[in-house]
Amino acid sequence: MSADQNGHSFETPPHERTWIDDPKNVDKIVYALYAVCALLFLIDPLIHKHGPFAIEYIWGFYALYGFVGCVFLVLAAKLMRVILMRPEDYYDK
Amino acid sequence: MTNELNPGLIIILGALLVPLLPGRVLRGAYMLLLPIAAFAYLMGLPMGEMGQIELMNLSLVTLRVDKLSFVFGTIFLIATLLGVIYALHVGDWVQHTAGLIYSGSAIGAVFAGDFVTLFIFWEITAISSVFLVWASRNSSAMAAGLRYLVIQVGSGVILLAGVLIHYQQTGSIAFGAMGTETLAGQLILIAFGIKCAFPLLHNWLQDAYPQATVTGTVILSAFTTKLAVYALARGYAGTEILIPIGAVMTAFPIFFAVIENDLRRVLAYSLNNQLGFMVVGIGIGTELALNGTAAHAFCHILYKALLFMAMGAVLYRVGTIKGSELGGLYRSMPWTTVFCIVGAASISAFPLFSGFISKSLIISAAMKEGYYWVWLTLLFASAGVFHHSGIKIPYFAFFAHDSGKRCEEAPMNMLIAMAIAAAFCIGLGVYPDPLYALLPYEVKYDAYSLEHVVTQLQLLMFSALAFTVLMRTGIYPPELKSINLDTDWFYRVPGRHLAQVANQFRSITWQWVADSTVKLATKVHNALYRHHGPEGWFGRSWPTGTMAFWTTVTLGAVVILSYL
Repeated sequence: MSADQNGHSFETPPHERTWIDDPKNVDKIVYALYAVCALLFLIDPLIHKHGPFAIEYIWGFYALYGFVGCVFLVLAAKLMRVILMRPEDYYDK
Repeated sequence: MTNELNPGLIIILGALLVPLLPGRVLRGAYMLLLPIAAFAYLMGLPMGEMGQIELMNLSLVTLRVDKLSFVFGTIFLIATLLGVIYALHVGDWVQHTAGLIYSGSAIGAVFAGDFVTLFIFWEITAISSVFLVWASRNSSAMAAGLRYLVIQVGSGVILLAGVLIHYQQTGSIAFGAMGTETLAGQLILIAFGIKCAFPLLHNWLQDAYPQATVTGTVILSAFTTKLAVYALARGYAGTEILIPIGAVMTAFPIFFAVIENDLRRVLAYSLNNQLGFMVVGIGIGTELALNGTAAHAFCHILYKALLFMAMGAVLYRVGTIKGSELGGLYRSMPWTTVFCIVGAASISAFPLFSGFISKSLIISAAMKEGYYWVWLTLLFASAGVFHHSGIKIPYFAFFAHDSGKRCEEAPMNMLIAMAIAAAFCIGLGVYPDPLYALLPYEVKYDAYSLEHVVTQLQLLMFSALAFTVLMRTGIYPPELKSINLDTDWFYRVPGRHLAQVANQFRSITWQWVADSTVKLATKVHNALYRHHGPEGWFGRSWPTGTMAFWTTVTLGAVVILSYL
């Protein structure tokens, strides 16, 4: 039994399973993502680039940059938690 | 005079009637009519400077319509309409009135042709908007609202100081290009920078917006910061310092967004990041870049409002917006889920969604002008925004693990507002030409070149790949019940201690001054009492004989002296 913001309480209905609840289907989505990534990486030399920066012409620059950038982002943010994270009532004390 | 009224005033004056209207239906219909009427009126206005008023030797230009103010005015009116629709179910007239006065004053400021008119509307936005925070009616919202108000009004005071100096030096109050060579120019830049949430001046945004009401945050997200972007574009186009400022703005908030648990605060961080793109565009200052800023502000208002609407709907139905407590809501709120994904795809700049056709202009401008590091930073920020706004928001709210929470779908008016915003996001993404036609300069820009589409997809899909890999290996930081320190710590902890110490010092000093005054007064009183009191020497009554005696002595002395 839970309640929404307006105080209406509601029953939690039994867990109805949908397509996406099946781990096999989640795997399918992940494999599709791998395939799309592989395809985008492989066609890179076919794309004619016009930009002024040499780095852009490295095979798969955008792909690698996006991947490495995001991993860096997450790891750095995780480290930030060590310094910055506080309990929720930190300012109420 | 009839066609010289600032469209913002239609909304502000109209808002004053809202509390008087009986019944939700009548009031709702009236509120919907206001932005529509203002828009119809705006469409009929000619370009140029109007509404001149002479006031104490100042010539105010209360209405300036040109391409830059028109595009911002248009999107502000659309945002007002969406905000009204989204809030139709709310019975609280305070929120409706404050929200409309706030939107009206932001629109008024956009069409202001001089600094005094700008200042007046600038302060009205500050004062009216705080009620949207306070309307949450809890102690933390009251405190956050107060902090917000101090900073917002402070920005206005700095603006006024700059304007006064500018007026004294040049004799003009026209709101035009400023430059940073003069003190006036620097002060006004700081005033704009506070409202634009420049790095280190930013934290009022993440502090206050997530504390506002469900509907209040949607309205707040549209106006204050984009008004500042407009003001910067008007006054500081091509100001080089804005490029590094904007680049930092795109990058640093996304680190906070990754570890933030309150999903509306995540959106506030990503709002900050999106403003960075616009500020970079203003700093570059070429026609392409300024068009990019205007276009990005237009698209951003829509998808950011859409994302705040979706998260607001979750908060409204579930009662919490903490990532650590949500998950699996797609079962209960399928439509909200779909609209949220559209907003997420738009902010991530997926091809065929609105962010793609606007952010590209700014990144291309940075490339074209040879800003290598800025370009790399913008690419990193683009990947990052997909990571935390594009994936994290819908994933942790609607998918991830099933939180077991079941609720109703969002109310119909919320769904309609989200549907309209989502339609704009897709419509502009698929067919950007009408937006491009609205921009301040002529554009010949093809967002959908093969090179562009593929490189953007590479960046985004590999960001998604990084998320997937980090999720599946358990490296991705989980959502935790927590808060993270930001610059507000400085005034909320050491600042508060400093204030407490200062207060103690004040009370000690006051005590000392009061005590010594009382002591002195007592001393004086006692001395007077001793001499003049009933027992005192001066207070005694003297017999007449004494006087006769002393008169004789004096006369005798005079006689003796005169003989000498």
